[in-house]
Formats: sequence, structure tokens, C-alpha cells
Amino acid sequence: MQKRPTFLLSMLFFGLTFFYVPILSMIFFSFNKSRLATVWGGFSTQWYGKLFSNKQILDAALLSLEIALLSATIATMLGTLAGLALARFRQFRGRATFSGLVTAPLIMPEVITGISSLLLFIMMAEWIGWPSQRGFTTITIAHITFSMTYVTTIVQSRLMSMDMSIEEAAMDLGSRPWQVLRDVTLPIISPAIVSGWLLAFTISLDDVVITSFTTGPGYTTLPMLIWSKVKLGVTPDINALATVIVLVVALGVTISAIILARTEHRRERDIQMAIAANK
Amino acid sequence: MSNISNKPHANWFNRRGWRDIIIVAPYAWLIAFFVIPFIIVIVMSFAKTATESPPFAFLPEWPYIRFETYIRLFSDSLYIRSTFISLYNAAIATLLCLLIGYPMALGITRVNKSAQRLLLMLIILPFWTSFLLRVYAWIGLMGKNSWFNQLLTVIYNAVVPSSWEVTGFQLMNTNFAVVLVMVYSYLPFMILPLYANLEKLDMTLNEAAMDLGSRPWQVFKDVTLPLSIPGIIAGGLLVFIPASGELIIPSLVGSAADPMIGRVIQQEFGSNRDWPMASTVAVALLLLLVVPLVLYNHFEARAGKAGGT
Repeated sequence: MQKRPTFLLSMLFFGLTFFYVPILSMIFFSFNKSRLATVWGGFSTQWYGKLFSNKQILDAALLSLEIALLSATIATMLGTLAGLALARFRQFRGRATFSGLVTAPLIMPEVITGISSLLLFIMMAEWIGWPSQRGFTTITIAHITFSMTYVTTIVQSRLMSMDMSIEEAAMDLGSRPWQVLRDVTLPIISPAIVSGWLLAFTISLDDVVITSFTTGPGYTTLPMLIWSKVKLGVTPDINALATVIVLVVALGVTISAIILARTEHRRERDIQMAIAANK
Repeated sequence: MSNISNKPHANWFNRRGWRDIIIVAPYAWLIAFFVIPFIIVIVMSFAKTATESPPFAFLPEWPYIRFETYIRLFSDSLYIRSTFISLYNAAIATLLCLLIGYPMALGITRVNKSAQRLLLMLIILPFWTSFLLRVYAWIGLMGKNSWFNQLLTVIYNAVVPSSWEVTGFQLMNTNFAVVLVMVYSYLPFMILPLYANLEKLDMTLNEAAMDLGSRPWQVFKDVTLPLSIPGIIAGGLLVFIPASGELIIPSLVGSAADPMIGRVIQQEFGSNRDWPMASTVAVALLLLLVVPLVLYNHFEARAGKAGGT
């Protein structure tokens, strides 16, 4: 056996330190009494109190959540359909273009997606009179467009690795296509759909560039609010907000990872049992 | 290679009605909200700036379009310079991500399965928290009074002769800050594809090389590194492409005197209200980014042909 890879492990340690020191420092200074966010002035939780009584921040967080819930849900539907189309239909007219289109938003610089979406909404308003004002709907549409392709990528790769013979068996046993979809395909790809939804939700919740192009008066999402505050400098209330977000995300990711691992484990156990029962 | 059956009943929903809904809904959405907007940008790049609202116009007679903005793209040094700065920053960030990320990815493959899962989780976790807040965390560290900057200063002063001593480093609003924060933000994009690639490598090849008397460094150079080139390319593109078009990082920690191209596009569009020029720069940036991708696809196709059965 080889000797311990000391260099590689110390690089891992260094890298993880690099990842976490800025975040931990940010959390540390959220408990700073002083208004100067980078100079320690004693312990205090006052910024958290101010945070939860700040109506502007709470409204922005609510708007962000609403947009993320709606856009992730529609993006998951459209993205799953696109994944099904690419994984199950070997040929249809425009397939090459379609598969290119599905990867394009992933590599498109956000500033270009933002400008082109804004130009579309402006031109649509000129030509057909809708949308007369930009806001909730236009942000949601733009978020769906760039997050659905992430869902497609995840769902498609799951479908590709799935055993097609199960679908064939269900068909041979007389199931109708929608029954196969409901009882066989969807349950098997459901972990991918859930991961896709979570990713779409997070991307929407996090986006600032595309949102800032497609928003209208009165619609400020949480990242846009943070963006405008951060431009003015470092303040302890943003540190407090950041700490809350980091904790919520860490909790959410941990819980969903555990749930996904459990369902996967149960599925594997069921398969094992089915195989054993048939022996 | 492909185990997908071509039997007629294999594609269970391969019937007209189902097929049409499944294909047409996402296809139509992407055409309406991704393709058409981009066509508008291309058309806009041939218009001329105007004072009315919306601020663009086409020539009243044939050929309707103008190339004024494309001429300006090459005659005004701002655009060439900012493109150069963007590509330079993105290239340095990609290289640093590779130098830090490669040993990290390789290190993950050397520990046991449950430790691997934990390490991957630790690497992905910051990626799920807000991008903006990760940039913000660095703003807190880079200010002249911050503990991080002071720590760097103390170390620096201890090393250099006393006449070179400084009271703090100007880190904020420099290209250095842009590269640093880019490396921080994009490092997971380098580690994950590299890990996926390295994890699949056959360890028996390493052992064989060791048995034949190769030193660890030689094994790495002659076996591991050549086999991980697809992972390096994938990770490199995942860092390089978004880094070149980055807007948030240069706007928050970059220098206004050395703008990156994303910031130029936003300024032309926003404060200058020069939509045709913003569109032209956008088209140019995209052409610049499409070239490496086409090259990558070419590589992929060739690798697929060579490795396929």
C-alpha cells in the first residue's frame, strides 16, 4: 500500500480553510457591538434584533421566496419534460438544436442573459402591450428560463442511467403510457427531480444580475437589497443577515442530503429484497 | 456503448400526443425566452444610438443597418482593453483554481468513502449559500483595518527590511482582489469535475507503475495527469467561461480604472443608455466564449471516438 499522501491532505486542509475562514469571520463580526464591521467592539446581538424588525428586509425576503417557489416549480416541470425528450426520443426534428439550447443558458454570461431578457420585455411591451410593467412576472419568467436547463441536465443524466427494461416490462404487462410514466418512470427519477427543484430554487433565490435587469419599480428581491447595501460598504446588519442565510442553507442542505440518502438507501434495499424474493 | 433498445415499444410514450407535449412545451419556452431575446440583441447591435425612447433607431432606407458600433469596438481602446483584462483575470483565476483544486480533488479520492462524502459536502456547502454574500465576506477581510489585512501586513513587515514597511495593503478595488474572489467563488466548479474524473481512474494502473519502479511523482506525471485531462478541460471551462463574463465580482471589489467586459456591457446599457453598443459588446463576448466551447466539443467528440467501443 502507498504511504499517506501528506501533500494532498494538507492541500485539502488548506483549501477548506480558504473556503471557511471568510464565512466564519463574517459570522463572528455579526456579533460585533461596534458599527464598524471589521473592528471588534464587544459582543452584542443587537444586529439580529434590528434585522428581524426591518420591514424592508423582510419584504424583500418574502418576495424572493415567492419568486423562487414559483419559478423553481415551473422550471422543474419544463426541465423534466426536456430531460424526458432528450433521454427518451432518439430522433425528432430539431433535436440537435434542442440539445444545444438546453446547455446554452448554462454557459451564457448572466449579464448577456439579463440584457437580452430585458430587451425582449421592452420590445414585447412596444409590440403587444404586455408586460406594461416589469416586476414579479418578468423576473419569474427570466428565472424559469435559466434554471430549467439545470433541471434538464440532472433529470436527463438520471434517465440515461436508468434501466429501460423496467419501462418495457410495464408496457409488456399492458400498462398504458401515462401509467408507466406515473408508476414507473417518475418514481425512479424522483430524486433527480427533487435535486433539480432544489437547485432551481437556490439559483433563483441567489440571483442578482438577471433580476436587476428584469425587475421594475417596487420589486426588490433580497439579493438586490443586499447588493445595494454592499455597494455602500460593510455593515454589521448584513453580517447578521448573512449568518442567518448561511445557517438556513446549511440546515436545509444537510436535511435534504439525509432525506435523499435515506430514500436512495430504501430503494436499494427494496431492489435487493425483490431480487432475493425472486430467487 | 448505448444500451437503449430500438424496439418499437421501448419508448413507452413514443406516441404522437405524448411526444408533442413533451417536446414542444420546453422547446417553445426556450425559443420564446432565450432564442428570440438573443436575436433581438444581435439585431440591436446593428442599430444606431438615438435619443428617443427606446434609445435606438435603424436607418430609414437600405441597408437599414449600421456597423458603427462594430467599428467603435475596435477603435475605442476601452473595449479591447477590458476584453483583455477579462480574459487575463479569468485565465489567472482558472490556473490558480487548477493548482489548488487538483491536489484537493486528488486528496479526496485518497480517503475512505464516508470521508469522501463529508469532504464533498463541505466543498459544496459554500456554493449553496449566496454568491453575493461570499463576495461580501471577502470585502470584510480585505479592508485596510480588517484582521486579515493586518495579519498580512505584520507578516510582510517581519520579512522585509524596515524601510519597506507598510501600514496596510490596498487590496480592495484591485485586479488582485477580483482574481482572489473569483478563485474563491469558482474553486468548487474546478474540484467537482476533477474529482468525478479522478475517482474513476483505475488505481491498479498506479500500483502497476509503482511496482515497475516508478517514483510517486513519475506515476503522477505519466499515469494520473494524462488520464485526467478531460476533467481538467471540463473544470477549466466551468471556471473560465463564467469568470470572463463576471459582473458581480468586478463591480464590488474591482478597480473602476480596469473594468472587466461584463461591467462595460452593464455601463453601456445602464448609465450610458447606449443599447446598440452594449449589444455589440455582448455579441463580441459571446463569440469569444463560443470559440473555446467549440474546441472543447471537438475534443470531447474525438475522445469519445477514441475511447468508445
